[in-house]
Amino acid sequence: MSHTAEESFISKYVFSVDHKVIAKQYMITGLLMAIVGGLLAGVFRTQLAWPDEPVFGLGIMAPHVYNAMVTMHGTIMVFWVAMPVLVAGFGNLLVPLMVGADDMAFPRLNMTSYWVFFLSTIVLIISFFVPGGAAAGGWTSYPPLSNSIEASGVNWGVNLWVLAVALEFVAFLLGGINIITTGINMRVPGMSMWDLPLFVWETVIASIVFLLSVGPLIGGAVMILLDRNFGTGFYDPIQGGDPLLFQHLFWFFGHPEVYVILLPALGILGEVLCANSRKTLYGYKMIVWSVIVAGILSFVVWAHHQFVSGIDPRLAFPFSLMTILISVPFAVHLFAFIATVWRGSIRFNTAMLFACGFVALFLIGGVTGIMNGTAAIDIYIHDTYFVVAHFHYTLVPITFIATFAGIYHWFPKLFGSLMNETLGKIHFLGTFVFLNLTFLPQFNLGMMGHHRRIANPTAFDFLSTSDALFLQELSTIGTYGLLLAQIPFVFNFFSSMFRGEKAERNPWQATTLEWNTESPPGHGNFDAPQKAYRGPYVYSPEGVSVDFLPQFEPPQDGE
Amino acid sequence: MLDSLPLENISTFGADVDAITAFVWWIIVGWGLAAEAIFIWFLIIYRKKDGVRAAWTPATTLRSTAWVLVPTFIVLLFDLVIEHRSAPIWDTIKDPAQIPQHEVLVRIRARQFAWDFTYAGEDGKLDTADDFTSMSELRVPRNKVVRFQLESLDVIHSFWVPVLRLKQDIVPGRFIPGWFEATTDGEYEIACAEICGASHTQMRALLVVESAEKFAKWAATQVEQNALTLN
Repeated sequence: MSHTAEESFISKYVFSVDHKVIAKQYMITGLLMAIVGGLLAGVFRTQLAWPDEPVFGLGIMAPHVYNAMVTMHGTIMVFWVAMPVLVAGFGNLLVPLMVGADDMAFPRLNMTSYWVFFLSTIVLIISFFVPGGAAAGGWTSYPPLSNSIEASGVNWGVNLWVLAVALEFVAFLLGGINIITTGINMRVPGMSMWDLPLFVWETVIASIVFLLSVGPLIGGAVMILLDRNFGTGFYDPIQGGDPLLFQHLFWFFGHPEVYVILLPALGILGEVLCANSRKTLYGYKMIVWSVIVAGILSFVVWAHHQFVSGIDPRLAFPFSLMTILISVPFAVHLFAFIATVWRGSIRFNTAMLFACGFVALFLIGGVTGIMNGTAAIDIYIHDTYFVVAHFHYTLVPITFIATFAGIYHWFPKLFGSLMNETLGKIHFLGTFVFLNLTFLPQFNLGMMGHHRRIANPTAFDFLSTSDALFLQELSTIGTYGLLLAQIPFVFNFFSSMFRGEKAERNPWQATTLEWNTESPPGHGNFDAPQKAYRGPYVYSPEGVSVDFLPQFEPPQDGE
Repeated sequence: MLDSLPLENISTFGADVDAITAFVWWIIVGWGLAAEAIFIWFLIIYRKKDGVRAAWTPATTLRSTAWVLVPTFIVLLFDLVIEHRSAPIWDTIKDPAQIPQHEVLVRIRARQFAWDFTYAGEDGKLDTADDFTSMSELRVPRNKVVRFQLESLDVIHSFWVPVLRLKQDIVPGRFIPGWFEATTDGEYEIACAEICGASHTQMRALLVVESAEKFAKWAATQVEQNALTLN
């Protein structure tokens, strides 16, 4: 199975078809973009806290620059961090290993996927430097603002934004086909669908949801390009078009997209929580069914983003109801995760701390979502900082906290070594504390009626109270802390990569197939053909002396 | 947290919005804290201890999944109660068919980056000779139903009056109706809540609530001025 032929540097590290190298390429590109997205937040948070002073001594920030920064922060964090790191990065690394395959089903397609993504990244970066600046109409890019050069002052910025997003979706379509095919078809003998690790289930469902939802948005984006550059009127009421059309197309994709990145994060959580509490997943089948239900329901909740957008007011009730229903599968997840640590024997390594942090933070994101989903309350809090706080309590745990849990946990399979635990714990503590300091005040600001996306709160009397200004400053200090708290991680990441403690095959005594490879696995992954003998989370079973029975271990006496 | 809400409510339906906000808030705070407490409690008492082995709980029976499904069902029940309370409030504010009989009719026009307000005048009809327009200032009589019609001249804006608990996007090509009834005299701020371009932040106007007599006097001078400019 293993490939012994010598490979050139280029084919091994650059144009590689090895899923693990592609995973690292995706992850590192995503994490580099996270630095860009994080620094953007640092800059515009500075503007918000001290709006009439020069930002970092660089001068007063022009409002259109502020708009561009906010827009690009959202775009980058969702499309260039969460997607490449969680879906493409962890998906590439783990799906083949967990099902016991020697690579993805279509390795060349996989390589193409990354390089198309890389191209999209370049296009997005270029968009910062074209005349008129980067896209500045919010990450949702609603027309007519986004498709009118006169109204937005942005010219090529939006064209490149649309092009970059479209390229990126091509990349993830290719990647998604691979994940679905590999997860379903390349399972080793003995591994039924009901023996798949949770991460594989979640990522396969996420990829299917992405595949089915992305078409309308690509159509919507192409219509923006045509409106902008060829004067078509898809979104122009004077020419018979309708601006709301784009909102429907955007959110038909945009809300499922939340689940596309949430599901792999929940998959990571399942693996890390089970391995470190030495417990089997509480109600595996129940959780898997809830993922499937979530995938289906994710297609019928989109208009809750549009309660106050001018859609038929009668639509509020059905979409509010569906939004309530989709909270059920995720309530199942959270309660099942809490039940998983119940009666465990919990080992608090860094990965586990981040996993527990996820549960604690995501709960806040989850319950505050009920406020937004309640149509009557949404009239007041829509487009305020309450919503900003809410979705950061969901998206930051997804995009960063789960990612960190995964990186600390699977670092041996990425680079063959363990990350430093002391630095890891400092990283966790700093991230957890400052994340709350950043976003808790924003709930209050939202309740004060503070609307989003304004560059200078002091333009309004009701936002110029000492309370409001203090909360803005608090949030900004939190942002600085959150950014600084990542320094130990960056240092740890690179020093562990080169000089970290060598990891054995299965340092966490975990049960899934990726732990039956060398750390890191060679090209071809496994040194012998694999077979699965049992379900994925046999931790602390009754009647045997060991506290875990891996999927790859032949049956024991008495089992 | 709601105690720090500095904004008074001055609309008839605002009290209902505040009431359901507080209602849901206390439910989620209660549930959230309970769930966090249980989780943290588990983390503490089930931390790794020598000689203590984790339990085998695959939860394959309906009875054992009940520990997850019953709390989930209770959450769903709470959700439905919330929805049941929310729907009528939403309809009161948003359903065009339920807009009460109005005393003032005004067209609210948004454009980058300003507001103007055209009043229907004596005849109660828009687009007639006695219409008059006020720039950046929406004057309304206290305790009277004001019906408005939202229009945008360029991009999407959002009519946001925090003290009224009212927000409605304004979409080019649509004429979106709505209403409110203000209960307290004073000057309040109106903002645009949907990003609409470079000077989105500056898109501000004033809501002035005053007695019906004062409003009538002001309206009369506006009509006169309007007649003068027309001649």
